[in-house]
Amino acid sequence: MSTHGPIATHRSATGVPSGRLAIWWLLASEIFIFGGLVVCFVLFKLNGTPGFEDASLTSTAAGAINTFVLLTSSLSIVLAHAAIEKGDSAKSFTYIWYTIGGGFVFLGIKAYEYTGKILHGHTLTDNLFWSFYYTMTGLHALHVIGGMVIMALISFDIRKGHNYQRVELIGIYWHFVDLVWIFLFPLLYIANF
Amino acid sequence: MSETYAHPNYIKIWFWLLILLALSVAGPMLEIPALTILTAFGIAVVKAFLVAANFMHLKFEKKIIWFLLILSMCLLGVFFFGAAPDVMMTEGDQWIDCIADKSCVEQRL
Repeated sequence: MSTHGPIATHRSATGVPSGRLAIWWLLASEIFIFGGLVVCFVLFKLNGTPGFEDASLTSTAAGAINTFVLLTSSLSIVLAHAAIEKGDSAKSFTYIWYTIGGGFVFLGIKAYEYTGKILHGHTLTDNLFWSFYYTMTGLHALHVIGGMVIMALISFDIRKGHNYQRVELIGIYWHFVDLVWIFLFPLLYIANF
Repeated sequence: MSETYAHPNYIKIWFWLLILLALSVAGPMLEIPALTILTAFGIAVVKAFLVAANFMHLKFEKKIIWFLLILSMCLLGVFFFGAAPDVMMTEGDQWIDCIADKSCVEQRL
């Protein structure tokens, strides 16, 4: 095993480089955060709690466009990873900024949705459905913003030839953010069961 | 850098994800509730698998990562089945409706 380069890439007690193991560990904890919210949502919905019929008021089109945006940004960040593995930092930099652009589009659509709902009186305290809606999508949006900031920092770092391995790590995180949305979309926008 | 492995065809995976997205949006248009649930959540599971296996490279990961993720989901299942009876079952001798009977709240404080 090589002992050159960042410790996150060559120290490995498990067969997985410690940097990547750490990001998977983080994501395992995130499963509890978002999973706990989804489980509570499903329990209250199955229990017939009033207010959940408001799921029909969310815009399926907006949710679908945001799903398309996140899936496409997932493609661009994995292409950034593939490019950096070949040592092409300029191409990777470009793909990372496509991904950040996708994040901005996602947040813009989300802000448009929030504005419409709030203007119609559907706020966080309207009923339990809207409490879940704003908590789950808001927490998800915070993860999107966090990912965009870290991606921007990494993009400038790789342009200087440093820490190439971080592209893969932020990529895994970004795909998880995409995964969470893949489940929030049917839950909040499609399946009014 | 990470280990070397043959990268999947990412464009092809992305294309399949978009087809699945279109199906999940089209499902409710048939207005069959069971089909809506199936197309919404069934397709979400397939999409999640495609993203995790190919984009996150989970299919190339060591077993310890799979173990970590499966353990997390099992514990989430414990949380669900642990909390479900308390939320869902509102009948029986041991059930006390604290919302209707305020005195039970005082007894527990």
